[in-house]
Amino acid sequence: MATTTDTADTVVAEDGVRRRDFIEIAAVATAGVGGIFTLIPLISQMSMSKDVLADSTTELDISALEPGQSIKAIFRKQPVFVRNLTQAEIDAANAVDVDDLRDAESLADRTLEGHENILVVMGVCTHLGCVPLGAAQGEIKGEFGGYFCPCHGSHYDTAARIRKGPAPTNLEVPEYTFTSDTTIVIG
Amino acid sequence: MSFPWAKQYEPTNPLMKYLDEKLPLPRLVYNAVGAGYPVPRNLSYMWNFGVLAGFCLVLQIVTGVVLAMHYAANDAVAFDSVEHIMRDVNWGWLMRYAHANGASFFFIVIYLHIFRGFYYSSYKAPREMIWLIGVVIFLLTMATAFMGYVLPWGQMSFWGAKVITGLFGAIPLVGESIQVWLLGGYAPDNAALNRFFSLHFLLPFVIAGVVILHIWALHIPGSSNPTGVEVKSESDTLPFHPYYTAKDGLGLAVFLIFYAAFVFFMPNALGHPDNYIPANPLSTPALIVPEWYFYPFYAILRAFTFDFILPAQLWGVLAMFASILVWFFLPWLDKSPVRSGRYRPLFRKFFWVLMVDMAVLFYCGGAHAEEPYIMISQIATAYYFLHFLVILPIISSIEKPEPLPFSITEAVLGSDEKAAQGDSAGTAA
Amino acid sequence: MIRLVGILVGLGFTFVVLLAFGSGALTVMGQGYFVEETAEHAFHEEAHMPAEGYSFDGLMPSWDLAQLQRGYQVYKEVCSACHGLNQIAFRNLDELGYTEAEVKAEAANWVVPGINQDTGEATTRPGLPTDYFPDPYANDIMAAAANNNAIPPDLSLMTKARHNGTAYVYSLLTGYQEPSAELAERFPDSVPGPGLYHNPYFANLNLAMAPPLTTDGQVTYADGTEATVDQMATDVAAFLTWTAEPSLVDRVRLGWIVMGFLIFATILAWLAKKQVWAKAKRKD
Repeated sequence: MATTTDTADTVVAEDGVRRRDFIEIAAVATAGVGGIFTLIPLISQMSMSKDVLADSTTELDISALEPGQSIKAIFRKQPVFVRNLTQAEIDAANAVDVDDLRDAESLADRTLEGHENILVVMGVCTHLGCVPLGAAQGEIKGEFGGYFCPCHGSHYDTAARIRKGPAPTNLEVPEYTFTSDTTIVIG
Repeated sequence: MSFPWAKQYEPTNPLMKYLDEKLPLPRLVYNAVGAGYPVPRNLSYMWNFGVLAGFCLVLQIVTGVVLAMHYAANDAVAFDSVEHIMRDVNWGWLMRYAHANGASFFFIVIYLHIFRGFYYSSYKAPREMIWLIGVVIFLLTMATAFMGYVLPWGQMSFWGAKVITGLFGAIPLVGESIQVWLLGGYAPDNAALNRFFSLHFLLPFVIAGVVILHIWALHIPGSSNPTGVEVKSESDTLPFHPYYTAKDGLGLAVFLIFYAAFVFFMPNALGHPDNYIPANPLSTPALIVPEWYFYPFYAILRAFTFDFILPAQLWGVLAMFASILVWFFLPWLDKSPVRSGRYRPLFRKFFWVLMVDMAVLFYCGGAHAEEPYIMISQIATAYYFLHFLVILPIISSIEKPEPLPFSITEAVLGSDEKAAQGDSAGTAA
Repeated sequence: MIRLVGILVGLGFTFVVLLAFGSGALTVMGQGYFVEETAEHAFHEEAHMPAEGYSFDGLMPSWDLAQLQRGYQVYKEVCSACHGLNQIAFRNLDELGYTEAEVKAEAANWVVPGINQDTGEATTRPGLPTDYFPDPYANDIMAAAANNNAIPPDLSLMTKARHNGTAYVYSLLTGYQEPSAELAERFPDSVPGPGLYHNPYFANLNLAMAPPLTTDGQVTYADGTEATVDQMATDVAAFLTWTAEPSLVDRVRLGWIVMGFLIFATILAWLAKKQVWAKAKRKD
């Protein structure tokens, strides 16, 4: 009996791994490979499902958006603000020296050519993700006339750039395109 | 708790030594399913199904937890959420088919495990406790499977829930109150669906706990074996690892081939088409049957069609529960001193009659409730009860067993030097 | 003691079930047959596949995209008047081989429920790829009222919700016929009444759905295939097989890879088991 089990532990140094050991190792390794491949579906089932992926663009009609007005829309389950800037707001944004800003971007960097008056930003404060005020009529726009996040007091200017408060960066501009003069597609 | 010649866990790696001092978990595994567990050397492939059942439990828990991440237990959306899993969730179809067919294969494995126990009388002393715990596991698994089948909220889910909870409604006086309490409504609806989901998630972990008790109890006397002769010396056993890990590994690989064939090539073969129709309380399917693994018991339920003192419906419910509960008493109903069916000629014949009987019950349970199936299932039901409660006690008294081998070693190797000194030198298997 | 009680209980159950058997047997002997033959027993026919078969049927399945597109066209132009397809979104049509732009254009051809953005009132709007196929009726009552009290079932899962579903859909669509004289003679109750149609492939032989595919050329296929009734039924059954299980082809293909791996693993496991047990077979 003693001799029956020892072979598995015996390492034959001279000729390395013997054939019988090789088969056992190969069998265990194959089981391991199978186990690893089984992990693929178990892990990837948690990533975005097809319906979520399909819902990843938002089309907006902005024909009714007058200068000075904003609309809130939903893009990927998060708010997005579209504002038609007045000339005064554009001038205010352009009057700032970009190099003095925490997150140096000009209004032109943040809008599309030919549509400099249309500012599209995510309504998600870059500090901790609250929804800033200022998009709906009558809401506080903050000290710089743009957006104001009530959670921790971040003030954004008319180009939605961070000017005061804890937020590290400007409100994010999502990828979007104009498919016509009055239609934008976000995402 | 084990044989004196069991190998001892002796870690050489300092880290493992440290762990062994502080938390001897590797030692526990080593003694439970490692080289430290001496197992009779003559186990046949029928002894693979315990490990396979454990594998199925893990499989069901893993795929089940995944499905629960995407499933919504609400009667308005449950059906659609299952289709969402099938269509939109990455690999969702694989997870669902693996779980649905996993349940069926779990039962195949459990049944073979139980029938092994019948044939080799694994329920006999000193292993009664293992058997009793095993029957508890079986009951828990049936309850879990039933509630899982309700969750997709298709036609069969709904009507299955209605019929099975209706069994409790057959209890005199309090039955209706119990049924309403179980469902949380007059009929299965959102309340029932939610509680079934909750319990369907909970019970597998309860089963896992009871399985640990099952294995613990097993390690007191050690595994039974096809001769039914107890282990006498070290030459009768082999360490679980590597011998039975290798054998179980092969068994698992073969099992997975059959399982994968169903999951990938005929995933709905064991299900019922009606469950792809959303639950409709206003329309009953033409044929209400449970999942196939309940067919034999369903046949027993339907076999009682005659009011005798008690209403027929109540007889059916009593008989169905009794048909499983009777297994609890097997260790005391069968008093034969010989365990293995190999050496019990009469017992062996009746065992095969029972297998045929259960196959007939299985067939009748899945058929329409009409003649001649009802009459056939009545005869089969009669035999079922006679077998366990009448025939088994009687044959264990009158049967003359064939001679047993002296030891497992003799049965395997043809001779055992100790047998020369002993009195019994019977035929080897 | 346990055995004595056991024997009594066992005999008790046996006695009662044999009483039931006896009463059943008396009934059967009295009437002279097991089950009264019904029209369904006598005239129901097993569903069958079209003669040319399907590319997705069998061990090496694939989708015939042209066929699925034709089937979709039949659904759209014929079935969708009464039957929904609520598990399918327009975006899923890209799996039939349509481009993104075509899917978008196709979605816009459909009218889906919407909300008026100014008033909040329920209205309709053109479909988007993310929308699901709209139900033809707002609710079951409306569906029943419009269809002689029979609610047209949703078709998304039809081929999985019936035994041998693809063949069932094909056979049902091509199986309308006049009830035979024999049926009328033996089972006068099973002759279809007003608003019902005889179909031997339907469970109870009487179907509230009027034959939907009646004339060749009812649909003008975009790909020029001749639209015989048989062709349309074949194609729409294929399309509904896809809607019921879009993962069918991927599933079987993955299955073969898994099978190959498992057979390889089994051979290795068998060799390894033999190696390990060779040590035990040696006498000490």
